[in-house]
Amino acid sequence: MTLPLSFVFFVLLGLSVYFYYHAKSGIVRKAALLSDRTKALPSHYGQQSFLWAFIPSFLILLVLTIGGPNYIDQIFYNKIQELNPTFNESFVSLILAKVINVSNGKISTGEENIIMLAKDYKIAFEQLHFFRGLVVILCAALLGMIISYRQKPGSNAREQVEKFIVNIFFASAVIAIFTTVAIILSLFFEALRFFNLYNFFDFIFGLHWAPNVAIRTDQVAAEGSFGMIPVLLGTLLISFIAMCVAIPIGLFSAIYLAEFATPKIRDFVKPTLEILAGIPTVVYGYFAALTAAPFFREIGFSLGLDVSSESAIAAGAVMGIMIIPFISSLSDDVIRAVPQSLRDGSMGLGATKAETIYIVILPAAIPGLVGAVLLAVSRAIGETMIVVMAAGLSANLTVNPLESVTTVTVQIVSLLTGDTEFDDIKTLSAFGLGLALFFFTLLLNIFALSISRRLAERYD
Amino acid sequence: MTSKFRTKKVEVSYGDKKAIRDISLDIEKNIITALIGPSGCGKSTFLRCLNRMNDVIENCSIKGSIHLDEQDIYGPDIDPVELRARVGMVFQKANPFPKSIFDNIAYGPRIHGLASNDSELKDIVHNSLEKAGLMDEVKDRLNDQATGLSGGQQQRICIARAIAVSPEVILMDEPCSALDPIATAKIEELMNELCQSYTIIIVTHSMQQAARVSKKTAFFHLGDLIEYNDTDKIFTQPENQKTQDYITGRFG
Ligand SMILES: Nc1ncnc2c1ncn2[C@@H]1O[C@H](COP(=O)(O)OP(=O)(O)OP(=O)(O)O)[C@@H](O)[C@H]1O
Ligand SMILES: [Mg+2]
Repeated sequence: MTLPLSFVFFVLLGLSVYFYYHAKSGIVRKAALLSDRTKALPSHYGQQSFLWAFIPSFLILLVLTIGGPNYIDQIFYNKIQELNPTFNESFVSLILAKVINVSNGKISTGEENIIMLAKDYKIAFEQLHFFRGLVVILCAALLGMIISYRQKPGSNAREQVEKFIVNIFFASAVIAIFTTVAIILSLFFEALRFFNLYNFFDFIFGLHWAPNVAIRTDQVAAEGSFGMIPVLLGTLLISFIAMCVAIPIGLFSAIYLAEFATPKIRDFVKPTLEILAGIPTVVYGYFAALTAAPFFREIGFSLGLDVSSESAIAAGAVMGIMIIPFISSLSDDVIRAVPQSLRDGSMGLGATKAETIYIVILPAAIPGLVGAVLLAVSRAIGETMIVVMAAGLSANLTVNPLESVTTVTVQIVSLLTGDTEFDDIKTLSAFGLGLALFFFTLLLNIFALSISRRLAERYD
Repeated sequence: MTSKFRTKKVEVSYGDKKAIRDISLDIEKNIITALIGPSGCGKSTFLRCLNRMNDVIENCSIKGSIHLDEQDIYGPDIDPVELRARVGMVFQKANPFPKSIFDNIAYGPRIHGLASNDSELKDIVHNSLEKAGLMDEVKDRLNDQATGLSGGQQQRICIARAIAVSPEVILMDEPCSALDPIATAKIEELMNELCQSYTIIIVTHSMQQAARVSKKTAFFHLGDLIEYNDTDKIFTQPENQKTQDYITGRFG
């Protein structure tokens, strides 16, 4: 008899739901018998039973499903090693892999021993599944019965249920923080491996970026050079151009929407802007490469300037357009959140609308505006697609927006795609770049927050 | 006895709904006039007509005429922004700007260019705070946030802020509704002093307050002006039965 995972899970769920209703009606009956009032709502007793039936059994299910197969593998590994003490580790692993594949029917073999082991392996797995199903269902039934039996009208189910819910919130917060820390740590350790191979200071102060090491070991190639300055400068340049486009347009359109537009115009413009935010970046990439870049080239040509066919200004300008809706939509909400009473107060003193906006409303809205801009900057720094398509891959050390540049994210992508080995310097340098980018955005955030704290005028 | 405001057949509607109709009254110079009446009867609406704050509200339309010193304030050559500098307003809920105390008071003088240098500005701020009876309480912390003051102090900041522009008229919409009796007394005292040089119009829900501070009282009911007379007269021998009922607390 096999008990597959989905079957066990649905039985568990069904049992838990059953205990919910069982406890809910049970407590009403008990209360009626004792002619007593229940301390909490009947549904709280139901929830309590549900949780007791569901959560522990679900955890057991999780542990057995994840840990069980590993345990069986370990047993078979030991078994194979016992049978052939002369085999070394990797050979044992190889045989084990073969056994597993044979037992799954993925490959077939004539070797008697392996067929035997594969049969045993299959049986072990069936036993595990049967055991898992049995334990989980029994545990759920038992706990559900016990808790429903023990519930009294006077016992406070609400407290336990609510405590549990608080713990779920807490656990979610911990998971969010934990995963962030884990990601940063993994980035950090990979970067550390890179810095073992390449001098840290050469990396952060180096002016030359050319990661052209040999792809195959027999290839002859120049020694790679990993100075991140040109790449970081490219990111800065493109983000700067993007912000020059996006901040004024986004902010001004937000002010218009929030303070001047009639409801009719607002109802039309705001959804339109939000559609702009939903366009995939690849489409913006096309636009940048096929429309914006030739456009800037033509303008440059007519001015007697030499604009490269892949230019920072094309990518930056299109990226700016992409970001406008972020800034305008968020800023609009922020500006409208400033209380009407402040506007009235200012107008009542004889201020014009414009004076009211820039002396009273904008300072009061600054923390939110800075948040909106920060979000947009992060988008700009992290954006890859547009740059790949419109600004190129060559790491020029330049601040001239007419030349082609590359950015940190684009380099990371090009370093990590294709056939790469995960321990050569080229691949590892991507983690160095990642870490540098992380610290850079962190600094940017701290800086922006401190500015906003200084300028902000808090209303309550 | 000169009149400051003269309104004729003023009618205000929000959309299709008439909020006040046929309001004709003369408001005298340099006295306190009180507007009383049950909630929703249009007192704030009428008050906002006097400095054209209704212009800011969408779908609000006004008919009739209002003259300030014989000049039609809804006339084509009147700039509402300038009008509001002449007719200041203090709102029901204290609404200091989230700036320093000094900047709050200096706001009006700055935008109207009333001070030609820093020391003049300082004088205006100090004078206004003095007049609002707030100077002693805040003189050591003019650079602190105004929003950090108590409710009553905030309301007096708003009054000082209005005074600083040197308006001819000050409109006050229930300035004491959120204040304790002591703060209320301070503000009433202040109004009494101010009315020597300013015309003050105050909306209030407190009969006692209207009786204490005002010289004339207008009673509104459901958008109509029911009775307008000397405060003594209104409170001792009202002509209209509705007024009688309202001030004796029989309805509203
Ligand atoms: N912005 C607005 N839009 C639509 N209707 C409004 C608006 N402001 C006021 N009204 C309506 O106009 C009428 C008069 O309102 P107003 O605020 O002048 O009353 P009030 O006498 O000041 O009342 P209260 O003493 O409660 O402040 C009310 O019926 C109200 O619903
Ligand atoms: Mg009102």
